[in-house]
Amino acid sequence: MVQLTLPKNSRMVTGKTWPKPETGGTMRKFQIYRWNPDDGNNPRVDTYFVDLDDCGPMVLDALIYIKTKIDPTLTFRRSCREGICGSCAMNIDGINTLACIYGMDEIKGDVKIYPLPHMPVVKDLIPDLTHFYAQHASIMPWLETKTNRPAKEWRQSIEDREKLDGLYECVMCASCSTSCPSYWWNGDKYLGPAALLHAYRWIIDSRDEATGERLDDLEDPFKLYRCHTIMNCTKTCPKGLNPAKAIAEIKKMMVERHV
Amino acid sequence: MRYLTARKRAEGKGASGTGTEHFWYMKMSGVGLALIIPVFLVAFGRTLGADRAGVLDSLAHPAMAILTALVLFFGLRHFAAGAQTMIEDYTHGSTRRGLIIAVTVLSYGMIATGLFALAKIAL
Ligand code: SF4
Ligand code: FES
Repeated sequence: MVQLTLPKNSRMVTGKTWPKPETGGTMRKFQIYRWNPDDGNNPRVDTYFVDLDDCGPMVLDALIYIKTKIDPTLTFRRSCREGICGSCAMNIDGINTLACIYGMDEIKGDVKIYPLPHMPVVKDLIPDLTHFYAQHASIMPWLETKTNRPAKEWRQSIEDREKLDGLYECVMCASCSTSCPSYWWNGDKYLGPAALLHAYRWIIDSRDEATGERLDDLEDPFKLYRCHTIMNCTKTCPKGLNPAKAIAEIKKMMVERHV
Repeated sequence: MRYLTARKRAEGKGASGTGTEHFWYMKMSGVGLALIIPVFLVAFGRTLGADRAGVLDSLAHPAMAILTALVLFFGLRHFAAGAQTMIEDYTHGSTRRGLIIAVTVLSYGMIATGLFALAKIAL
């Protein structure tokens, strides 16, 4: 349901301003959301200063700088540092994106960093993605076949393989789903752009034999039709994918089998 | 605490098996209204400034009466279907169901009233 205000214990307060590093380089100010489930306090926004001459160019480099040199308690997810694992998704300068491929030079003024919007927070910049992953699992993200397994391999033409381009590259970072107001208000039932992009990836896979069942599973006012073509998903996807188009294609297929 | 697995929560009660009909109806009625509303506005607009008898005469013309009936029916059904989507977006549970019933009753009530008035004028 729509929620226009934060619950009392989620309202943010001004946090600590950490001392500037005494390295004498060019300083950049960072304002970062902090919340620790163990201290019972409201979330706060801490201020840090990063020496750009001693730090890589990406936002994730700055976070690692802060964690290593200023405040080891700052908590965030990261792994690959090259936009492949999808773990460093967060809201940077008002945009859901991957910190490791978002350059600090793309941001004007102070760098403001929050966790992905409208998700339960585990700690600091780490959202709880349990439901998001379970929704992904619910669309059966694997090849479903009924024909006996071929001796060698399931064959696919080059043209059919090309249909998966722009879909298989999704790294499940959740930037799209958490940028979608429909997912904010009805994320318990609406699958959201990421899961639907994956659903489409398997629906149009020429080797998959569960197309009808997959469409049946989406025939629902909430699972699929909460998408109102707001397009935040496509605008924010850090991998340049187009979940809104994938959803539109599913709707088209639904109508085609209906009319 | 219900100890439900994440997968159980994500699956919920499963797909309801509806949705496309509503989606398709919104598209169709939207296109239909985009075609008939301008015609209705131009036709009805021509009576602006006329006296009561003139307006009633114009509404009593068969073509105008049919057009008005179509605008009333499809306009209000489109409104109800759109409002249902909004209600589903912003409310939950029994409030959601209550509001959907209310908006459906309202739209059919307004259609019936409008058609009755039109029949009185045109027939
Ligand atoms: S579609 Fe883009 S934004 Fe959405 S989960 Fe995949 S990579 Fe992330
Ligand atoms: S660290 Fe892997 S995507 Fe950013």
